[in-house]
Amino acid sequence: MAPRWIAVCVIVSFAAGLAVASFAGFREFIPGLLQGALVTIEIALAGAVVAVIAAFGAAMARMYGPLPVRWLAVAYVELFRGTSALVQLFWMFFVLPHFGVTLEPMTVAITALGLNVGAYGSEVVRGAVQAVPRGQWEATIALNMTRGEALRRIILPQALVAMIPPWGNLFIELLKSTALVSLITISDLAFRAQQMNQTTFRTVEIFTIVLVIYLAIAAVITTGMRALEQKAAGAVARGRVH
Amino acid sequence: MDWDWNYAFEILPLLAQASLVTIQATLLGFLLAAVLGLVFAVLRMSPNRTISLPTTAVVEFIRSTPLLIQIFFFYFVFPEFGVSLDALTAGIIALGLHYGTYCAEVYRAGLDNVPRGQWEASIALNLTTFHTFRDVIIPQAIPPVVPALGNYFVALFKETPLLSAIAVMELMQQAKILGSNTFRYIEPITLVGAFFLVFSLVAAALIRLLERRLKRIGARA
Repeated sequence: MAPRWIAVCVIVSFAAGLAVASFAGFREFIPGLLQGALVTIEIALAGAVVAVIAAFGAAMARMYGPLPVRWLAVAYVELFRGTSALVQLFWMFFVLPHFGVTLEPMTVAITALGLNVGAYGSEVVRGAVQAVPRGQWEATIALNMTRGEALRRIILPQALVAMIPPWGNLFIELLKSTALVSLITISDLAFRAQQMNQTTFRTVEIFTIVLVIYLAIAAVITTGMRALEQKAAGAVARGRVH
Repeated sequence: MDWDWNYAFEILPLLAQASLVTIQATLLGFLLAAVLGLVFAVLRMSPNRTISLPTTAVVEFIRSTPLLIQIFFFYFVFPEFGVSLDALTAGIIALGLHYGTYCAEVYRAGLDNVPRGQWEASIALNLTTFHTFRDVIIPQAIPPVVPALGNYFVALFKETPLLSAIAVMELMQQAKILGSNTFRYIEPITLVGAFFLVFSLVAAALIRLLERRLKRIGARA
């Protein structure tokens, strides 16, 4: 992992250096872009919450729900994994109002992206739960636990540790897909970049800064998830001792 | 609920025509991704750090920034250097480059799984690095990762609507234009969604079939 981090640092400092050195109007773009970045972060965070809830809900419904609920969960996952995120976004934005449901662009963005990533996430959750050794389930039966208790106290804590790294990847996917919301009139980072580009034509500078901002946010997510992974692994290891 | 079948049938030929552009972008984009991915993967394996480190940096950079911005970047930035690309070409390059970095990871898994002995045997036979890769390593590394590449093929296909942001006349752009002409968005956008769903499900089934066949061939060998 170490060379990867060196590489990331190299490119960040290179890009930052390039940015600072090559243009005088640097100050002119940064405040507006950072404001856009805030919107991007807001959508990413709220979307992540929706994604996690949708993923756990769908995975649990698919594994333990009654048959109709199971079908519903399969339909949700296949529908959202089988079509483009942009099509889903446009569908909610342009088509839903015709059915009498008019949502704020922000709500559309958060729901559509959250549900999209949640569909992928539900497979991650399912995989992680199914990867918990059978013996753990048998032990909970021997201890006379109910299925809910067993899931909550024995199975999920172990599965959670296994699903942290794939969730890290999904959160980065989510961050990247937030750029799509610029196409439904939300003034996020991508939207502001395009707006500034149209008024100033300083394309290289603007888009370089934007790429670096996205990279920085992604680096924060990666670092955070890695810290979480270590902490969780430590907690489970302690749990086994006692 | 005011779905109009007549209107849906009326726009179907136009959408079918636009879907050709979508398919063209997918095929060319993936071709580029498959080739670039292999180049990235091999460069990353180089023992020379001045080659492998910058490659890693570029791959990580492309992987962790949004495709949409990269599409804008290629579309708007190239003309500044005097290279004017039409929208479709810029889009295909951006798609190919972005997914090339994903394919690079897939190839790397394949390359890592080739047993060390194969490398040592190539040295013993006095093969050049080029011939080792071309005749020994790559033929063994690629078949096992074909299904994983197939997944990225479907993923790339699903990203092609992004090209509508730079006004490529692909499926999504056509649907948006139809919608803004008639103020009826239900039919065009739903049809586009259905098109993607059907193609993705069919493609996923084909990949599973391919995976099973490759496994059988592997078992026989």
